[in-house]
Amino acid sequence: MEILILLALPLGGALLLALAGAHRLAPEANVGFSLATFAVAVLLTVRVIADGPRVCCSEQFFVDPFNVFLVTLTAFVNFTTALFSRRYMRIEEHHGRLGRARLRLYHGMYQLFMFTMLLALLTNNLGLLWVAMEAATLSTVLLVSLYRSAASLEAAWKYFILCGVGIALALFGTILLYFAAERVLGHAGTDALLWTRLDAVKDQLEPTVLAIAFVFLLVGYGTKVGLAPLHNWLPDAHAEGPTPVSAVLSGLLLNVALYAVIRCKVLVEGAIGPELPGRMLMFFGILSVLLAAFMLWRQKDIKRLFAYSSIEHMGIITFAFGMGGAVANFAALLHMTVHSLTKSAIFFAVGHATQKTGSQQMADIRGLLGLSPALGWGLMLGTLAILGMPPFGVFASEFLILTTAMREQPWATPLLLLALGVAFAAVFGRTQEMVLGEHTGRRLPVPPSLLPVFVHLALVLLLGLWIPPFLADWYRLAARMIG
Amino acid sequence: MPTMPLSGQYIHLFASVVLLLSFAMLAQRRIRTLIDLFALQGAALVCSTTIVAWTGDQPHLYYSAALTLLLKVIVLPLILYRLIDRLQLRWDTETGLHIPATMLIGLVLVVFAFGLAQPVSRLAGHVTQSTLGIAIAVVMLAFLMMITRRKAVTQVIGFLAMENGLFFAATSTTYGMPMVVELGIALDVLVGVLILGIFFFQIREQFDSLDLHHLERLREE
Repeated sequence: MEILILLALPLGGALLLALAGAHRLAPEANVGFSLATFAVAVLLTVRVIADGPRVCCSEQFFVDPFNVFLVTLTAFVNFTTALFSRRYMRIEEHHGRLGRARLRLYHGMYQLFMFTMLLALLTNNLGLLWVAMEAATLSTVLLVSLYRSAASLEAAWKYFILCGVGIALALFGTILLYFAAERVLGHAGTDALLWTRLDAVKDQLEPTVLAIAFVFLLVGYGTKVGLAPLHNWLPDAHAEGPTPVSAVLSGLLLNVALYAVIRCKVLVEGAIGPELPGRMLMFFGILSVLLAAFMLWRQKDIKRLFAYSSIEHMGIITFAFGMGGAVANFAALLHMTVHSLTKSAIFFAVGHATQKTGSQQMADIRGLLGLSPALGWGLMLGTLAILGMPPFGVFASEFLILTTAMREQPWATPLLLLALGVAFAAVFGRTQEMVLGEHTGRRLPVPPSLLPVFVHLALVLLLGLWIPPFLADWYRLAARMIG
Repeated sequence: MPTMPLSGQYIHLFASVVLLLSFAMLAQRRIRTLIDLFALQGAALVCSTTIVAWTGDQPHLYYSAALTLLLKVIVLPLILYRLIDRLQLRWDTETGLHIPATMLIGLVLVVFAFGLAQPVSRLAGHVTQSTLGIAIAVVMLAFLMMITRRKAVTQVIGFLAMENGLFFAATSTTYGMPMVVELGIALDVLVGVLILGIFFFQIREQFDSLDLHHLERLREE
């Protein structure tokens, strides 16, 4: 029951805000819907802690240890981003960058985007998973082009075409998967695409078909994860869209796409063994990490810088899932959580920093600490957290991934260390220049909303020091399931 | 080799029509004619889906044939016609396209597609065995079209043609996806085209043209 309410809330919110999003109180309504969604997600989580995994609606939806924490995380970041965007969008309106009509589009699409992500996470049907992923692209295209500037239109077009083509390949992979499933499960209508059913018979699925299917699924959903070499849309879409959209794209959408890849990987591994899928994930993962780390040096735009950092972290997570095994999977799941929290916090801080200085060029952003100590510290601490400094959670997950790599895949360790070092030098140097020095900013018409930044960072710090036992249990169970 | 039943031959006939239309689209410069061809390809898909439904005794495929008829033969072409009328692109042509070279690459892609389909189609049912190769070929040709075209509208038609190929793959290997998934896909395609319609006006407003050369400024320096 909670599952259906959880899906109905953002969908209802999208409809209401699409009709009345130009109203003065629309940002508050947006926060309200997001808060309600989060509350239901918490309720669902509590129920899962008490009663264990569950399915509903003739097995069409399900919650298991792998998706339950992602659902809560998505609902949480959704809520904090709505809080941030309330102030952020007010300021944008004051600065005359957006009108009321655009804000209506923005609020409607924002809730719709949440709905598609929750649907993707909760559905048990791999076909619906695809539909939800495509709908997630569609609902964000017009958000990326919200400012209607030449650059934002270009970014949105690139985003649509690249992700559209990518997702079409994933559909082909899904068709092949269905083809293999039908031969085992019989022509059972919808049932043959249910993940739980497939998981039960995964060792009987036709290996050749599944191997081909996995290539298509990985490339297809991998485009949305931002894995190299199909990552081109990601920095553009992050840099040109409004900052709350960058925060949810980086913090949530990439996770959801990776979730889709891993769900498929579990099935494929059951049929053809861990060799091929693992190698492919490791290859694309390490390629993304290296490419992103070196691209970080060349960035001038602050949002592009952190977009490349997202590619790097997605690469690390993909690599860890590729290694497989209990520890690496545990670390990858933890890294998904902490990256999502940290990166969205950074984008919140970056958003207000660009509003204060009136530019996204890092050369123009100076002296944030003098301008607003809370903002400066928020960006600095966020950067330290994302770069893997102890005691933040990113350090814990990266440490686990590196030590496992030393044991399991020694060849990869120097590459990972090199990339992490390069990324550290690039991002830390830039942030230091932006935070310190003489300041040249303006006062904002509405005080910036920095509470979400520090709440996120506090959670990341907490996860670095102590993981709540129920969360650790989920990670462990999910890690065992992923294999 | 035993002779194929008549229905199987019809399926092959329509499959080859679909492939032929893909090549026709690849070689077509005029945007209006391209939409005609796209609608025709949809019609060929409807015919082949109906025959598969009849021979395979798959009643739900009739629904998906009806859905295709509605969406790809009627609604999408109408939207696209209206769009090019409103944007005054009716007589627009695609320049800077080397057709013979594109066709040659297309031929290579078809051979490659059949090679790729080999291991899978060996396992497929008797009637639909060679159609998977054609389906993959249609997807790849549409992909090629998207790469070679410079206009936003033609790229979108390429994108829709790719979806045609995927639909064809679904009917030919598995008797179609479950209904709820097909409905979802149809909804996504429809919404996608509507969003792109809005998007075209935004691009036009900004650049006074729908040529994608304008959309190549964001680069890594």
